[in-house]
Amino acid sequence: MAATTMAKALNAALADAMLDDERVVVFGEDVGQLGGVFRITDGLQARFGDKRCFDTPLAEAGIVGFAVGMAMSGLRPVVELQFDAFAYPAFEQIASHVAKLRNRTRGALSVPIVIRVPYAGGIGGVEHHCDSSEAYYAHTPGLKVVTPATVDDAYSLLRAAIDDPDPVVFLEPKKLYFGSAEAELPARTAPIGTAVVRRPGTDATLVAYGPAVPVALAAAEAAREEGWDLEVVDVRSIVPFDDATVTASVRRTGRCVVIQEAQGFAGVGAEIAARVQERCFHALHAPVLRVSGLDIPYPAPMLEHTHLPSVDRVLDTVARLQWDDQPDAKWVTAA
Amino acid sequence: MTTTPQAVRRASPRTRRKATPAVPDPSAGLLPQPEPVRLLDPDGTPLPPRDDYPEPPVETLREMYRRMVVGRRFDVQATALTKQGRLAVYPSARGQEACQIGGVLALRDTDWVFPTYRESMALTARGLDPVEVLTLLRGDWHCGYDPAATHTAPQCTPLATQCVHAAGLAYGESYQGRDTVALTFIGDGATSEGDFHEGINFAAVFKAPVVFLVQNNKYAISVPLSRQTAAPSLAYKGVGYGVPSEQVDGNDPVAVLAVLDRAVAHARAGKGPYLIEAHTYRMEPHTNADDQTRYRDADEVEAWRDRDPIARLEAYLRARGVLDDAAVAAVAEEAEEYAAALRRRMDSQPTVDPLSLFDHVYAEPTPQLLEQRELVRAELAAERDAEGDA
Repeated sequence: MAATTMAKALNAALADAMLDDERVVVFGEDVGQLGGVFRITDGLQARFGDKRCFDTPLAEAGIVGFAVGMAMSGLRPVVELQFDAFAYPAFEQIASHVAKLRNRTRGALSVPIVIRVPYAGGIGGVEHHCDSSEAYYAHTPGLKVVTPATVDDAYSLLRAAIDDPDPVVFLEPKKLYFGSAEAELPARTAPIGTAVVRRPGTDATLVAYGPAVPVALAAAEAAREEGWDLEVVDVRSIVPFDDATVTASVRRTGRCVVIQEAQGFAGVGAEIAARVQERCFHALHAPVLRVSGLDIPYPAPMLEHTHLPSVDRVLDTVARLQWDDQPDAKWVTAA
Repeated sequence: MTTTPQAVRRASPRTRRKATPAVPDPSAGLLPQPEPVRLLDPDGTPLPPRDDYPEPPVETLREMYRRMVVGRRFDVQATALTKQGRLAVYPSARGQEACQIGGVLALRDTDWVFPTYRESMALTARGLDPVEVLTLLRGDWHCGYDPAATHTAPQCTPLATQCVHAAGLAYGESYQGRDTVALTFIGDGATSEGDFHEGINFAAVFKAPVVFLVQNNKYAISVPLSRQTAAPSLAYKGVGYGVPSEQVDGNDPVAVLAVLDRAVAHARAGKGPYLIEAHTYRMEPHTNADDQTRYRDADEVEAWRDRDPIARLEAYLRARGVLDDAAVAAVAEEAEEYAAALRRRMDSQPTVDPLSLFDHVYAEPTPQLLEQRELVRAELAAERDAEGDA
């Protein structure tokens, strides 16, 4: 075990995948000589040459469409779209082609590409650099959508994504890039499609993914002082979603709060809350509650702490889980 | 011999003038010719031969004629099938036969075609099963043929999005040491889409062997060319990307094939992409569901009948003595048989298994899809039971 960062783990995963499979090519904006604006592709061009890791014109639809064509020729492209909100020009390519090509052709063609997106906020970024865009992708059948919250998972999920026969949108929480953790790489922790209980507990389940996982863990730690023993489930694979792990946890604890950094309305957290109440209704002692970002465009840096789910906001929400068996006062009269 | 300083001073300006080369035109070799390349007059009379665009072999032209006649008959039949309710919709390519057939005849079987929804004729001319080509329009699936086996991408409906795929595929093929060329069909309207520009730019930057064949048929549904561009010709869009470009009379089959031959050879030689604008005309409405009387005069359409590409090639080949009444009749008969076989095969509705909806969303269905599959299976079983009881 050695201390390393998620950024370094992702870099190692790319390098190891390129070593193992010569069909793997890495491209995007500034990923070559510069090594990516977050240095995730650092050293890959020097090590593997400028045919396997290269810069492209500054055009995101072009990058993704080019990857589609390269995949049709038998390669395994891994592309970087530099920031979450800069990925939007590629959305038509992703929604109409990447996600659908296998289905349109009854499996004759597939698009085994990985679309890496430095994602979400918490880094004081100016506008268009901090969007939580996971719901757009999760709502698009044909895509797999994963987001790691730990160094081990970052390596393992990226390797799994590159190996996957289907396209994977790989969301990398920017605020977790440079936090250090003990990890032994190469690690294979997580097949895509599995959630994990990050912290066992008995009183309530906090379900989170990506940048919200550390918030959930910190909230669970703080909750001990309030006398609550909280379980934390890290979803990590948004699509396919691991109903079994989430459902089993909530049936054990009987209470559930879903935490996401993205704005709440029509978000992934809403889907998770709906799935939990459908499956766990008879085990629930309280409605499933959500903690999310506010339903606003991502705020300017000096206001982002108000927007982002905080430990306090999570604990305030946990407090509303009808511990005294009384209805939630908030919902008795409100619309 | 001694040189006086005066002599030096006199010589110097002359030398400088001589040594200053004319500024090279950076667009040389990129700009199209000012007028579309034409090798036949509209009545089929040959124009003087040209060195830059040698005429294709006569056997190839006879084959082109054959496929154009069969292709038009296919197109007429497909339109008729919409009236019989066998096809949900059909976008006709009538009048564009030279481009449709030329675009596939210029390629090898190992080359890739990236078609739009208007290229059904081109695909059948490429030898694809017409029923499989019409699957999209019949509505039993999206793409009915096997793109990998036929080297033909699914017919693309989101305009110009296939241009970047063609660039990526062509680059991927050359990356892996294969000399495949990719040809993408695109219309005049789609040159306004961003993906056309990103596709041609990526192809140019990576020297990908792609031929962009723009069929300028003058209308994007109802919107005329003047609302797509202020450029002197769509072929002028290549120069901005460093891509050699040409414009051609798209109803002159000999010129279309000659220009395509040059473009394909350029791409296959590793020199990068090529842009062709073929000036043609869509003789039919956008689709059978369109009403063209709302945006163009019948006179305009009629005027284009005099520039029919099939009549033009037939007249030329007859005059050259390589096509006679018997050959024309044989091709016509083949076309009728092709249409009759298609009618027969399209006469019955295909059965489509609803459970197949879940088969290809992913390589393996997710647990959620398996759940939904089970739901649909139970619904179907209940329907069958109810029918059995009735």
